[in-house]
Amino acid sequence: MQRSSADGHLTERETLEERVEKRKFSEAALKEVESTTSSYPVTDSAILPLLHIAQREFGCVDEEAVRLIARTLDVEPLRVKETMSFYTMFDEKPRGKYLIEVCTNISCSLLGSDSLLGYLEERLKVPRGSTTPDGLVTLITVECLGSCGTAPVMSVNGEYHEGVTREKLDDLLREIGV
Amino acid sequence: MAEKILLNNIDRPGSERIDTYLSQGGYAALKKALETMKPEEVTKAVKASGLRGRGGAGFPTGLKWSFVPKAVPGPRYLCCNADEGEPGTFKDRVIIEKDPHLLLEGIAISCYALSVEKAYIYIRGEFVVGAEKLTAAISEAESKGYLGRNILGSGFSLDLHVHRGAGSYICGEETALLESLEGKRGHPRLKPPFPASVGLYGQPTVINNVETLANVPAIVARGAEWFASLGTKGSTGTKLFAVSGHVEKPGVYELPLGVSLRELLFEHAGGMRQGRKLKAVMPGGSSTPVITSEHLDVALDFDSLAAAGTMLGSGAVIVMDDTTCMVEVALRLTRFYKHESCGQCTPCREGLGWLEQLLEGLESGKAGPGDIELLLEVSSSISGKTLCPMGDAAVVPVESTVSRFREEYELHLREKRCPLAGSRAGVGQGPH
Repeated sequence: MQRSSADGHLTERETLEERVEKRKFSEAALKEVESTTSSYPVTDSAILPLLHIAQREFGCVDEEAVRLIARTLDVEPLRVKETMSFYTMFDEKPRGKYLIEVCTNISCSLLGSDSLLGYLEERLKVPRGSTTPDGLVTLITVECLGSCGTAPVMSVNGEYHEGVTREKLDDLLREIGV
Repeated sequence: MAEKILLNNIDRPGSERIDTYLSQGGYAALKKALETMKPEEVTKAVKASGLRGRGGAGFPTGLKWSFVPKAVPGPRYLCCNADEGEPGTFKDRVIIEKDPHLLLEGIAISCYALSVEKAYIYIRGEFVVGAEKLTAAISEAESKGYLGRNILGSGFSLDLHVHRGAGSYICGEETALLESLEGKRGHPRLKPPFPASVGLYGQPTVINNVETLANVPAIVARGAEWFASLGTKGSTGTKLFAVSGHVEKPGVYELPLGVSLRELLFEHAGGMRQGRKLKAVMPGGSSTPVITSEHLDVALDFDSLAAAGTMLGSGAVIVMDDTTCMVEVALRLTRFYKHESCGQCTPCREGLGWLEQLLEGLESGKAGPGDIELLLEVSSSISGKTLCPMGDAAVVPVESTVSRFREEYELHLREKRCPLAGSRAGVGQGPH
């Protein structure tokens, strides 16, 4: 709904509510939501699982998704945000099509994760912590991924790539169209 | 080859499937416990086995179980800590992905012992594959009657769920884990009360590590005496050692507790990379003090490592050769702890940033006289002054590298640069 009032704030709020209204989980996700919420004796425990479902469904957990989770669980949106902001795995804005996470912790750094990261920055032409202008790749560093025996390790859209070398990186980048 | 308890099945094709597990005698220990043992007899066996927690603290498991009060009304819970996040640690992931039913059987037996009917596996968010495998394994076990209502007709029921974390090291601390499971920020709780009396949803709760629980079926199947005959007197059983860093064959090795560091590194992990010289080892993850080549003959068990001034921790053995700069190691780990500090306690939240600045100064040649002393002073203002053990853990890399490699720190100060800068990849920019 657009209002021709000079009150810009009000106009934005109305349209946000419309967007919130339209935001829905898919049928499959709804089933998952139902079975998840029944796993806990306390509603709040389902916040983290629903944040994961939303992140997967919508590519990020934006305001609309926060409101959707809050509505689904009958809690305040602020309650959802309070939890969400503590954890690193939820994005407020969409990321690149491919999320590359490079471990820079101790075992990976002993085996050259720095030089791999530098090489990725060079190839993608963006610094760590940013997304390529075409929206294809977001490059970030992460803490220990728990795969230190096959260091250096990185994760691409959640899938681990272990024992990474420049050659393997070249192959991967070719595959995803860099 | 020494006897294995935990990694017997992992090389079999389809090792994660229930049929494979059953073909190797899987779930027989659960059947035995339900049909021939009273719950308190299981706890007694676990106590007598001498099993100590494999998550890092090494607390006797049976004793932990015995702290759960008998008379409290309402439900009690068990949480399996699968939030494997200690840098250098990758042992639980092997069990989770390759032999999930071993873990499920251990959980089911433990819940029977503790009269728990609802349990959660808290798995770190990054283990997407692990969470999928556990969820699939739970469905398999439920459909065959090893989990769910009235298990094997015994009248005992267990409702087990997988709960994913979302990228937070501190949630491996048991009270932070409970907060996270309750849908809150992962802030450790003030103790006491301990989770055994006031835990999940305010009810009595036991929290055990994956590897700890995976030992339980063997203790029930083969007896406490047999288990206690493995390892050493104070550290019974085997241990998964996750070896990473500058060795030829990094990986997870299951060996009896008390094996020497030398045997682990040189007979199993293939020795040092390109025959280089061993410089330092963190024997139990990034929170355990470094030791050096002088300690190669130390026995890897709780008591011997404590006597050597370090800890068994999670059994994550991080190996560094002579190309490694110890200041850089301290810097990297300090950045990690700073990033993971939950922010509740001022010494941890603020102090780690100060340590980071001082270490950056040393590594980049901008440090001044007195900075090494200042490092130690700030460290001692963090250690022991926080709600949870993370404050103590976070200063270990700094304190232990200064203590064992003081000269290298002095050299950084004198030469106003990193003397090892040329021998390895440069220092990164830090995570965030």
